[in-house]
Amino acid sequence: MKILVCIKQVPQKDAPLKLNETGTWIREDVSYEINEPDAYALEEALRQKEKHGGEVVAITSGPARSQQVLREALAKGADRAIHLEDNAFVGFDAYNTARAFAAAIKDEQFDLIFTGLQSDDYGYAQTGVILAELLGHPHATIIMQIEKSDSGIRVKRELEAGYFQFVDMPLPAVLTIQSGISKLRYATLIGIKQAKNKPLRKVALAEVQSALSDNLQKIERLYVPQKTKKTEIIDGSPNEIAKKLVERLRNEVRVL
Amino acid sequence: MKILVVVEQREGKLNRVSWETIAAGQALAADTGGTLEAAVVGAGVSGYAAEIAAKKLAKVYAIESAGLEPYTPDAFVHALKGFIATNQPALVMMPHTYQVRDFVPKLATAAGSTCISDCIGYKKDGDKLLFTRQMFQGKLAADVSFTGAGPWFVTFQNGAFRGDKAEAGAAAAPVEVVNVEIPAGVVRNQPHEVFKEAKQAVDLTQAEIIVAVGRGIKEEKNIAIAKALAEALGGDLAASRPICDNGWLPMDRQIGSSGQTVAPKLYLALGISGAIQHIVGMKGARTIIAVNKDAEAPIFEIADYAVVGNLFDIVPPLIEEVKKAKAANS
Ligand SMILES: Cc1cc2nc3c(=O)[nH]c(=O)nc-3n(C[C@H](O)[C@H](O)[C@H](O)COP(=O)(O)OP(=O)(O)OC[C@H]3O[C@@H](n4cnc5c(N)ncnc54)[C@H](O)[C@@H]3O)c2cc1C
Repeated sequence: MKILVCIKQVPQKDAPLKLNETGTWIREDVSYEINEPDAYALEEALRQKEKHGGEVVAITSGPARSQQVLREALAKGADRAIHLEDNAFVGFDAYNTARAFAAAIKDEQFDLIFTGLQSDDYGYAQTGVILAELLGHPHATIIMQIEKSDSGIRVKRELEAGYFQFVDMPLPAVLTIQSGISKLRYATLIGIKQAKNKPLRKVALAEVQSALSDNLQKIERLYVPQKTKKTEIIDGSPNEIAKKLVERLRNEVRVL
Repeated sequence: MKILVVVEQREGKLNRVSWETIAAGQALAADTGGTLEAAVVGAGVSGYAAEIAAKKLAKVYAIESAGLEPYTPDAFVHALKGFIATNQPALVMMPHTYQVRDFVPKLATAAGSTCISDCIGYKKDGDKLLFTRQMFQGKLAADVSFTGAGPWFVTFQNGAFRGDKAEAGAAAAPVEVVNVEIPAGVVRNQPHEVFKEAKQAVDLTQAEIIVAVGRGIKEEKNIAIAKALAEALGGDLAASRPICDNGWLPMDRQIGSSGQTVAPKLYLALGISGAIQHIVGMKGARTIIAVNKDAEAPIFEIADYAVVGNLFDIVPPLIEEVKKAKAANS
């Protein structure tokens, strides 16, 4: 199976975020990491390849810094990578990102395309499904299991409140992968070494420009949300905090 | 402006979140001087249409086809794309459910447009409509506008509007049945029955006191201190999803949209950031205490008591104080 995995680089979970001067995005000087559901998408692609053979290709869009997530994918076992490299990709809406990916892979045939089910930064939860529509492929979302079948694949969709559903699908198909589908592997030292010699194709914005449109939605303002609930801050030394909490638990919450 | 709300029915029931979307649509229609219509999609859905028609709506459509049951994204997009092309709403609103997330990006793309997903509200800025959504897992918020021509699609987060505020109409709204055909070959996925994993061993829905751990606990062995706190309080231990994904606690202790929904007297969240998928499972708690080292963590938005600090410093003395208090009681 030939599998494409779409990976995004996002600010690290614990990174303190600061707004830029125009208040439309964050300042870029934070640490970044691989978007968590995308890490699971990559893991699942590598496992499918180990079972059925084939090739795993990782793709991302973003400035030079985002090459790091491709290096990580290659070190973990992806065979090659595609980097749509430009600062402009950071501000793309999901529609344009999907269009850019579709244009970058137009000469290739993948059996499966994986994305994480949503990103930790925008959280659109749309890029994978839009890509499926642009390519004319069937799709399924929030996937927790993938088995090869005679006619294609059988996937397990996660539904709300602990429900699931199996779905049979033909190939090629696009799947958005849920965190926790399997256990993530670490890159080995050998893997990291080998990654240096694996092919990484760079695609400039100009090469996909003709496939793009204007963004169809625009962030007018980014801001720290206003608190609506009255919260009492409990502070002091750890011992004082413990005493204050127990006082509240006894007299206000009445559980002690 | 013509506004269309597409409500959700599943397994023989109208999803209650649909009332929230109707309430949102009524508010938007009032603010923009628009008209509001609603649609329900599926096989044999006229009963749902009648139920919705009791609300203040200009019209309700039952979009019918045997090919719409069971749900598939292909059939839903086929039916709705055709309906929207004829009906020509300027704005299409839906709840941000797992089912809607599954088809709405495809529908918007097929309609040559876009969806602002998972919104928590809207604003009017002059003539411009802005939709507010969470960014960075709730750490920031953004006001987002549409820049292209319609039809515009918006989905609203569960809990963004109050379903009980959906206004009833003076008289039942007219219902029109729209029969659609789903030609062979359109539907490519074959869904099987919906099921629940083997019965859960732990039922937290009745728990009065819950101590929940998140990724801030850092390592599996540290779960022991949360467990000790839960035991001291006489409560149950629960977790955010990543803890269960890692196998540090079993899945049936997961709280949130894909886990259990709880409403204890006390929910003590240790090292949980407060992503919406977690919050939906515990916001009904009577009292929420959050311990988090990040003062900006979204969990503090809904906490009654906030402790900004390192849980490893705070939990051990808290266990001691709780034990002392209990001993004094007895
Ligand atoms: C479709 C879907 C379904 C989902 N279903 C669920 C669900 O049912 N339940 C669920 O929980 N999630 C669910 N999620 C995942 C959810 O989006 C979040 O990723 C998850 O809830 C985050 O868990 P967390 O808060 O433990 O981790 P993080 O977001 O990583 O937060 C860890 C927190 O710990 C704090 N911290 C770190 N160290 C310390 C310390 N020493 N002391 C104090 N605080 C510390 C940090 O400041 C941070 O706020 C779902 C996501 C999707 C997309």
